Amino acid sequence: MKYLSKLQKMLDSGHFAVTAEIGPPKHAGAHSIRHHAQLLKNHVDATNITDSQTAIVRLSSIASGVHILDCGIEPIVQMTVRDRNRIAIQADLLGAYSLGMRNLLCLSGDHQQFGNHPTSKNVFDIDSMQLIYLMSRMRDEKKFFCGEEIKEYEPRFFIGAVANPFADPFEYRVDRLEKKIEAGAQFIQTQCIFDMERFERFMEMVRARGLDQRAHILAGVTPLKSWRAAKYIQTGVSGMIVPDSLVERLKNAADPKKEGIKVCIEQIKHIRENIKGIHGVHVMAIAWEEVVPEIVEKAGLYPRPQVEFNPEEND
Amino acid sequence: MIIAQQKNIQDIAAMVGDCKKVLLAGCGGCVTVCLSGGEKETEILAAALRLMKKQAGQPLATVTYTATRQCEPEFIPPMDELVRDVDAVISLACGVGVQYLAERYKDKWIVPAMDTMFAGGATGFGSWEEKCGLCGDCVLHRTGGICPVIRCSKSIMNGPCGGSQHGKCEISKEVDCAWQLIYDRMKALGRLSELTVIQPPKDWSKARDGGPRRILREDLIKG
Ligand code: SF4
Ligand code: SF4
Repeated sequence: MKYLSKLQKMLDSGHFAVTAEIGPPKHAGAHSIRHHAQLLKNHVDATNITDSQTAIVRLSSIASGVHILDCGIEPIVQMTVRDRNRIAIQADLLGAYSLGMRNLLCLSGDHQQFGNHPTSKNVFDIDSMQLIYLMSRMRDEKKFFCGEEIKEYEPRFFIGAVANPFADPFEYRVDRLEKKIEAGAQFIQTQCIFDMERFERFMEMVRARGLDQRAHILAGVTPLKSWRAAKYIQTGVSGMIVPDSLVERLKNAADPKKEGIKVCIEQIKHIRENIKGIHGVHVMAIAWEEVVPEIVEKAGLYPRPQVEFNPEEND
Repeated sequence: MIIAQQKNIQDIAAMVGDCKKVLLAGCGGCVTVCLSGGEKETEILAAALRLMKKQAGQPLATVTYTATRQCEPEFIPPMDELVRDVDAVISLACGVGVQYLAERYKDKWIVPAMDTMFAGGATGFGSWEEKCGLCGDCVLHRTGGICPVIRCSKSIMNGPCGGSQHGKCEISKEVDCAWQLIYDRMKALGRLSELTVIQPPKDWSKARDGGPRRILREDLIKG
């Protein structure tokens, strides 16, 4: 069996995967990316690199991927459909593959009004569903988005998508996940889970339809630094749910940062031990990458299984 | 219809800063219905400009005329006489009207008093909303009669995105999520299964992305 990426091999072999997120900087220096990559290297199986997250201009996800790969971690390139039309997306992804990227996460992207260029044009030539479908067709049928044949060296990404169990309409979230899997998503990373009860209901429906058998679902978790951060996500970010009890817990904690880490570790353990159908965790420590090793260790996910993968295998 | 709103008066005055006499040209079409550029609004704007310029010590003379529709060239010639002896024309029509005036009066300074906003309608007295993005390839039959192109902030064809919450769009609690509306309506019609079909990328060449659009109707041209 040939695998598209180390992450795929890991997941397909039944290991409980750990991915994390690295946010590129708002400048052209790579030291913070490399620093975080070195820090996470032994504790995660792959790292996502965000694509100008919240529509704030940052060093590109593909360029960051080169640095990360160079530091010895497999990158998961995030590609939003917000800033590029179908020509730019394909060109960039051909380039990404040529640079050794093997995992691709397809997203809509936050609307540009949240970022530092709210007056920019919003592209949305295609949507994330179409991107998943067109990239899997590109790999499996060797076709550009337009249908024209790719004569050789078609990019062969392990394709992922996101799912948000906390957005509405709740019942439709499972349908939409199924639609993404139909479109070709092979792994799924969920939005940050704070409302465990709702996540469990979501996963019940996912399992009832056997979707956990058709794609690898990684549960998204985020350690919170303070009750203010929790409150902000609760009230200021659309499509997120933070229970009041969590806000209170952080408010009453003597050391909120420690408490935030503790909560995150508890969540991972809970998910791993009690929720069937979850094949890994995705730790999004936003602007707090340095706590990931501690979380991974204390959650009992360290050391990471060693999986050999040679990116040249497929070429 | 086309919904437009007046620019702020300082900006309009600045466009004709060096003029002594101007024609304010209203329009009896969409902008009359949306209460922004009809006869009444034209008179009010003329009076306000005169007052403003007088106070600034640079008196401005104004004449006014409201065309049946500025977007149809045949309604424009009746203002030829008025245009002849003014320094500039301020059009209160949508962008279409302004351009027809500029085409007819080649040596005249023609300026827009309006920002042409969108194709939509009124939701109540004094409020209007956008309904159609004029994409040239209508998909309303697939989305329960609710337009995803213009009413979804990301023009998603397979929505809703992860930012949809409590029926609202991620960009604002004031904006309905088009895909929540689509979902609700398709559900009510018993057609939810149609939403599971992956909608293909849109052919934007039929929208403005394909360059300026024209329609040629052979049947009418030959007829
Ligand atoms: S799909 Fe296109 S034509 Fe139809 S309402 Fe929307 S923008 Fe207008
Ligand atoms: S929240 Fe709804 S309307 Fe807003 S971008 Fe997402 S799908 Fe579109």
